[in-house]
Amino acid sequence: MEALTPIAVISIFTLSVFVGFEVVSKVSSTLHTPLMSGANAIHGVILVGAIIVASHSDTTLELTLSVIAIILATINMIGGFVVTDRMLEMFKGKKGETK
Amino acid sequence: MSDFVYDLIGLTAGVFFILALKGLSHPRTARRGNLIGAFGAGIATVVVFFHGEIKNLWWILGAIAVGTIVGVPAARKVQMTQMPQLVALFNGVGGGAAALVAIVEYLSLGDTATTAEVIFTVFTVVVGCVSFSGSIVTFMKLQELMTTRPVVFPGGRFVIAATLAAVLGSSGWVVVELGTTPLLVVAGLSLAFGILFVLPVGGADVPIVISLLNAFTGLTVAASGYVLQSTLLIIAGTLVGASGTILTRMMAEAMGRSLFGTLFGAFTAKPQDTSGVAEDRPVRSGSPDDVAILLNYARRVVIVPGFGLAVAQAQHTVRELADLMIAKGIDVAYGIHPVAGRMPGHMNVLLAEASVPYDQLAEMDEVNPTFGQTDVAIVIGANDVVNPAAKTTPGCPIYGMPILEVSNSANVIFLKRSMRPGFAGIENELLYDPKTMLLFGDAKASLTKVVSALKAL
Repeated sequence: MEALTPIAVISIFTLSVFVGFEVVSKVSSTLHTPLMSGANAIHGVILVGAIIVASHSDTTLELTLSVIAIILATINMIGGFVVTDRMLEMFKGKKGETK
Repeated sequence: MSDFVYDLIGLTAGVFFILALKGLSHPRTARRGNLIGAFGAGIATVVVFFHGEIKNLWWILGAIAVGTIVGVPAARKVQMTQMPQLVALFNGVGGGAAALVAIVEYLSLGDTATTAEVIFTVFTVVVGCVSFSGSIVTFMKLQELMTTRPVVFPGGRFVIAATLAAVLGSSGWVVVELGTTPLLVVAGLSLAFGILFVLPVGGADVPIVISLLNAFTGLTVAASGYVLQSTLLIIAGTLVGASGTILTRMMAEAMGRSLFGTLFGAFTAKPQDTSGVAEDRPVRSGSPDDVAILLNYARRVVIVPGFGLAVAQAQHTVRELADLMIAKGIDVAYGIHPVAGRMPGHMNVLLAEASVPYDQLAEMDEVNPTFGQTDVAIVIGANDVVNPAAKTTPGCPIYGMPILEVSNSANVIFLKRSMRPGFAGIENELLYDPKTMLLFGDAKASLTKVVSALKAL
C-alpha cells in the first residue's frame, strides 16, 4: 500500500476534528451517558488495527501481544455497542420528548 | 480485494461512525445511531480479512471469540447501577488494546521505523496506557473497591509532575535511541501516571474523567491509525477524540465545574470546617404514615431521584407512588438533576425503564423556579445534587455545582439509608432543617410502605 502523505493525514485529522465537534455540539444531558458509551464503542474499531498487526506477527511475543489486543478490543467494541443499546432500549416508544 | 476498494469500504465505515454520533445526539434517533455505528464497525472488521495476507487466522478468530464471550454477557447482565463502571472498563481495555497494537507494530518495524512512526507509536503507548490504568482506577472508585474520596498525599502534585516529566523524558529517549526497553519503560511510567492522575479526583467528578479518558483513547486510536496507515482508524479515533472532548466539556458545565477544577481541585481545595461539627445535631425522622399524610394533603409534589433509587431498584415503586398521587389529583413532577446518580442521564434511563412518561420528567432549569409553589419535595436517595453547600460553602468539593433547590419548597422529605454523606463526602445542612423529615431505610422498602399507607388514607 502506498504510504499516506503527511498532508493527507493532517487533512483527514483536521476535518475529522471539526466533524466530531459539530455532530455532538447540541445534545441534551439526558443523552450524555449513551453518547459517551456509543463513542466508546466506536473506538473499539482499534480491533481492525489489532487484527492487522496479528495478521503479520512472526514471533511468539508479537502474536501473544496482538492476541491480547484483539481480545481487549473485541470486548471494547462489541460490549460497548451492546451496553449502549441496552441503555437506549429503555428510551424507545416514549412520546413527548422534545429536547 | 484491491487497496482502492478496501480504502473505500473503510471510508464508508467512517461515514457510518459520523452518522452514528449524529444519531446518538437526538433521543428519537439514538438507538438507530448506535446500530449504525455497530454496523460500520462490523463491516470494517470483516473486510480486513479480505485484504492482504492473513497469517495466524485461527488465533485471530479465537481471540475475537474470547472477547465476545467476555464482553457480551458483561454488557447484557450488568445492572443499571453498575453501567458507568462497565463503560469505564470498556474504555480502559480499548486504550490498552491501542497501546499493545502500537507496541507490536513497533516490534515488527524494528529499525525500519521512521521518526514520525516512532513519535506516533510513543504517543499511542503513552496515552493508551494512561487511559487503561486511569480507567481501572475510575472503575474501582465507582465499584467502591476503594475510597470514592479524593486521594491526596503530601507532595502528591510533585510526584505527579515528576512522573509526567519522566514519561516525557523517556519518550524522548525512545525517539532518539529506539529499542524495546525504552518503550517498555515509557509504558510502565505511563501506567503509573494514569493511576496518579485519577486518584485525586473526587467520586462525584468521576464521570467527567471517564469521558476525558474516552476522548484520550480516541486519540490513541487515531495515532495508531497513522502508524498502521489506516485511514479508517484515523477518522474513527479523531471523531471520538473530538466529540469526546466536547462531551467532557458539556458534562463539566452541567456540573458547574471547570475541567481544571475537576482534575486538580483536590490540591487546591481548602479544608472544610463542616465535617466534624454536624454529626450530633438532632434530625426529624418520620414514619411512612407521616410521609403519606403529608403527601395526601399536598397539591404539588416534586420527586428528586438519586443514586439510592438506582441501588434499591425502586424505580417501579416510585412510579407506583407517583401514579397514586396523580390519581388523587396531586400535581407530580420528577426533578432530574443532570448528574444525579453516577452518570449524566442516569436517572432518565432508570425512570424510562419503569415507563415513567417523559412529560413528568423536568430538567433542573425547568423545575427549580417551581419549588416555591411546591408543597413537598421527596428526595429519594439523592444528596449532593440538593446540597445547599454547593451554593453556600466556598471551597467544598461541590461548590459552584448547580443544585436542585428543594429547600425552597414547603416541606422536604429525605428517603435515606443512613446519615452517611453523599458520594462527594460532604455533610448536607438541609438534613437538619426544621422543615425536613427523614425516612430511614432502603428506598424500595420505604416507598412500598408509603404507597400502602397512602392507599389506606
